[in-house]
Amino acid sequence: MTVELAILLAVAVPFAGAVLIPLTGAKPNLRETVTLVCAALLFYLVSVIYPTVAAGGVPEVYLFEMLPGLSVFFLVEPLGLIFAGIASFLWIATSVYSIGYMRGNNEENQTRFYAYFAIALGAAMGVAFAGNMLTLFIFYEVLTLSTFPLVAHSGTDEAKRAGRVYLGVLLGTSIGFQLLAIIWTWSLTGTLDFTDGGILAGKADGLTAGILLALYTFGIGKAALMPFHRWLPAAMVAPTPVSALLHAVAVVKAGVFTVVKVVVYIFGIDFLFDIGVSEWLQYMAAATILIASLVAMTKDNLKARLAYSTISQLSYIILGAMLVTDLGIIGSGMHLAMHAFGKITLFFCAGAFMVAAHKTEISQMRGIGHAMPFTTLAFFIGSLSVIGLPPMGGLWSKWYLALGTLETGKLWLLGVLMVSSLLNVAYLLPIPFRGFFSSPEENPPLKSSHNHDSEHDHTHDQDRPKGIKEAPVACLIAIGVTSAGCLVLFFYPDPVYDLMRQIVTP
Amino acid sequence: MAAQYPALQVVLALLAAPVCLILRRPNAAWAVATVITWISLALALSLLGRVLETGVILYPMGDWAAPWGIEYQIDTVNAFMLVIVTLIGSVVMPFARASVEAEIEEERIYLFYCMYLLNLAGLLGIAITGDVFNLFVFLEISSLSSYVMISLGRDKRALTAAYRYLVIGTIGATFYIIGVGMMYMTTGSLNMADLAAILPAVADSRTVLVALGFLTVGLGLKLALFPLHLWLPNAYAYAPSAVTVFLAATGTKVAVYAFIRIFFTVFGGVEIFTAGVIPQILAVLAALAMIGASAVAIYQTDVKRLLAYSSIAQIGYMVLGISMVTVTGLAGTIVHLFNHAIMKGGLFMAMGCILFKIGTVQLDQFEGLGKRMPVTMAAFVAGGFSLIGVPLTVGFVSKWYLVQAALEKGWWLAVAAILASSLLAVIYIWRVVEVAYFRPPPKGSAEVSEAPLSMLVPLWILIGASYYFGIDATQTLDIAFAAAETLFAPPL
Repeated sequence: MTVELAILLAVAVPFAGAVLIPLTGAKPNLRETVTLVCAALLFYLVSVIYPTVAAGGVPEVYLFEMLPGLSVFFLVEPLGLIFAGIASFLWIATSVYSIGYMRGNNEENQTRFYAYFAIALGAAMGVAFAGNMLTLFIFYEVLTLSTFPLVAHSGTDEAKRAGRVYLGVLLGTSIGFQLLAIIWTWSLTGTLDFTDGGILAGKADGLTAGILLALYTFGIGKAALMPFHRWLPAAMVAPTPVSALLHAVAVVKAGVFTVVKVVVYIFGIDFLFDIGVSEWLQYMAAATILIASLVAMTKDNLKARLAYSTISQLSYIILGAMLVTDLGIIGSGMHLAMHAFGKITLFFCAGAFMVAAHKTEISQMRGIGHAMPFTTLAFFIGSLSVIGLPPMGGLWSKWYLALGTLETGKLWLLGVLMVSSLLNVAYLLPIPFRGFFSSPEENPPLKSSHNHDSEHDHTHDQDRPKGIKEAPVACLIAIGVTSAGCLVLFFYPDPVYDLMRQIVTP
Repeated sequence: MAAQYPALQVVLALLAAPVCLILRRPNAAWAVATVITWISLALALSLLGRVLETGVILYPMGDWAAPWGIEYQIDTVNAFMLVIVTLIGSVVMPFARASVEAEIEEERIYLFYCMYLLNLAGLLGIAITGDVFNLFVFLEISSLSSYVMISLGRDKRALTAAYRYLVIGTIGATFYIIGVGMMYMTTGSLNMADLAAILPAVADSRTVLVALGFLTVGLGLKLALFPLHLWLPNAYAYAPSAVTVFLAATGTKVAVYAFIRIFFTVFGGVEIFTAGVIPQILAVLAALAMIGASAVAIYQTDVKRLLAYSSIAQIGYMVLGISMVTVTGLAGTIVHLFNHAIMKGGLFMAMGCILFKIGTVQLDQFEGLGKRMPVTMAAFVAGGFSLIGVPLTVGFVSKWYLVQAALEKGWWLAVAAILASSLLAVIYIWRVVEVAYFRPPPKGSAEVSEAPLSMLVPLWILIGASYYFGIDATQTLDIAFAAAETLFAPPL
């Protein structure tokens, strides 16, 4: 198979899956097989592309001319390949997980769920492989619109409100700022192609470039830079697989990925460094890192806490990009991968707690490690990776981001990273620790109807939570794979590092 | 034969109208109207092809030489208009059969087809003629027939809507003819090319200035430029669906064309437009329309009215493009004439399907429509994306060029207005989507019941076209840019 064909198929396969899934909707097992086959095929296709790009090639596939002089085409460069690789690999894990979760939770409209899920993945591939800003923007918007039905999946009033926030912020920023920035770039330069060294150098003065950078950075609402972050916690109303793959990996990573792409290929690192307009965005990112971490500490709902943690971690990547130094960019790219594995593990665990124990609030999870040791251990591993402690992959990305801050000589930014890591410790580690070392009866009484049930078998309740077993096997397999991934990336981060190295040393 | 196409373009529809009157049988009238429209489309396409190949076509009516006789002048701009009008008509006709049967009393159906053909002839005449008085005549033909079409429905409110339109439309036509009269006073000519040559010499005279004022207001009423739009919402909302589809997609577009023609061809050699305050006034009115009408659309409970207000906002986009007086801006306007015609036509067709099935387009009756009429509602959502300007839709293409034109001019407020108006569109489209998809169907409603295929197919043709020309916009944009450059070229 040629690389070009693989690229085309990589974008087409998820969309084809989205067509097949409704057709097989009447037979859930067949339907899930379609999803799994698509996910596996997609990962295979990305792995076909890998050797070419790793060897320094930039395969290109021309699609069609949309506006005179402006075409839609794919071009795979290292950063896009990293993003595509992570998203496609984790889709496999998430598909396995979804089967356990959606059935375990008796969710309705599962066919619609899997279909839109596949579309979202196809859109993420399009974002990853986009050859110019127009192509990227098209798939960016497809990603927004295709995830809306997933966010509002339950159809409750709460889901409807969350959907409004989701769509309002994402469409508002993308049409209001990003599209404007794109058209402006086009009218300044006459091109939107992602080019080594950027396209704006010599075409835009410092002030224009500064405004453009702001329009891009805030216009990419999926990167959740404050104050445009509200959509992410709102999106947590979705079923957990959506929060896990889309709102910890595909959607948010599409956002920060776009930010890095714009910095590297639209502005160019050297140009941006010379005009120095990205400095105030470093402050914005630093502020988001700290504020979101602090907010995360106040959240008792596990998914809400993880959402704010994601906002904070995304700004690491934005910060790394805005440093506009080689090591900062490398750190950004690596954090894209490392955070994905860590955070998806945490979300998988949160979903497992919900399916198996019906627990969503952290204060209810004391002693849960006794009933669900495997899940709790995985949560511990994921936490370590997100914090950036060895022996987890998260160490490396933070390492390079820290080096990047030193390269700019801004020690206080290093301080921000360190403080944030401490905050991560404070809001993540108590969860597995209490799970293992506290006993369940320390849990404050639940307000819901569970109280009523527990009166019947009070004696049972004393040593272990009522009837709680480990999550469905499918969930556990997925959790095992992603937490193992965190470990593997510690010992073997080279592919990601080497790819990122290519970007900064052409 | 081909040399006579310009005359046939108008005459066919004009002559077919009385034929419908004589036939009286609904099906026969429908067949005549459909066939005539399709032939007209073929004629328009062949004219466009010839203009793109060989340049302007001049056709002296009855061989009376211009400037004394009436001359048809077809360049890229109006050849494109002819295609838009006939194309929409060709898709509307198959749709109209079932829709009209459901919404108009049987003994009046033949009247609908008769009036439709007159309207078609009028619109094509406005587009094709090179004579300002002849334009007035066709303007009246199209207006009078549209008053009748609007009032044909069973909804009694349509009568007052048609009456209001009649009053305002007559004022508009009168203003226009006063303007034409004044120009004739000073120049002694009615031929557009001739006027364009003479006017620069007499442009300083107060008479010409006043004439321009009357023309502007007269045509402004016709194209529903804010704040002269008051006739439009009710006329669109209460007219039979097929009428709304056709008028919304073509009526105001042709008026916009006439506006462009008067300003850029007739007054093309005059400094008035390029240097005066008129562009600024137009730009402000356009921006007010884009923001104001979109905001009003959000609060509508009748979805047809909602779309009507959205049309007023979209006309704002077109006028904004005109007011920039640049090739990019004008090309944005011209491409939006086409783009808006197909997307809004599609959206009003969706309304027609819903009216056909549930008999109302009140928003609170849309509960569960996503499940009850999945094909129609999917089309509505897809068309709504185009109104918002999601990439791959025609709405995106128009918006792209209008924003680009505004950036070239450095008109930041205009850029802001375009983007803000898009965001307001998100809100009014999403209000409908939420009701249709998030509320359960009312008890006792049928499971799935869709409009007949004869309505669904035209609906999806227009919606499909608004994606086809959004994915590959090079053809429409090439024509639009060629048309815009023609308008800026020195007069013949």
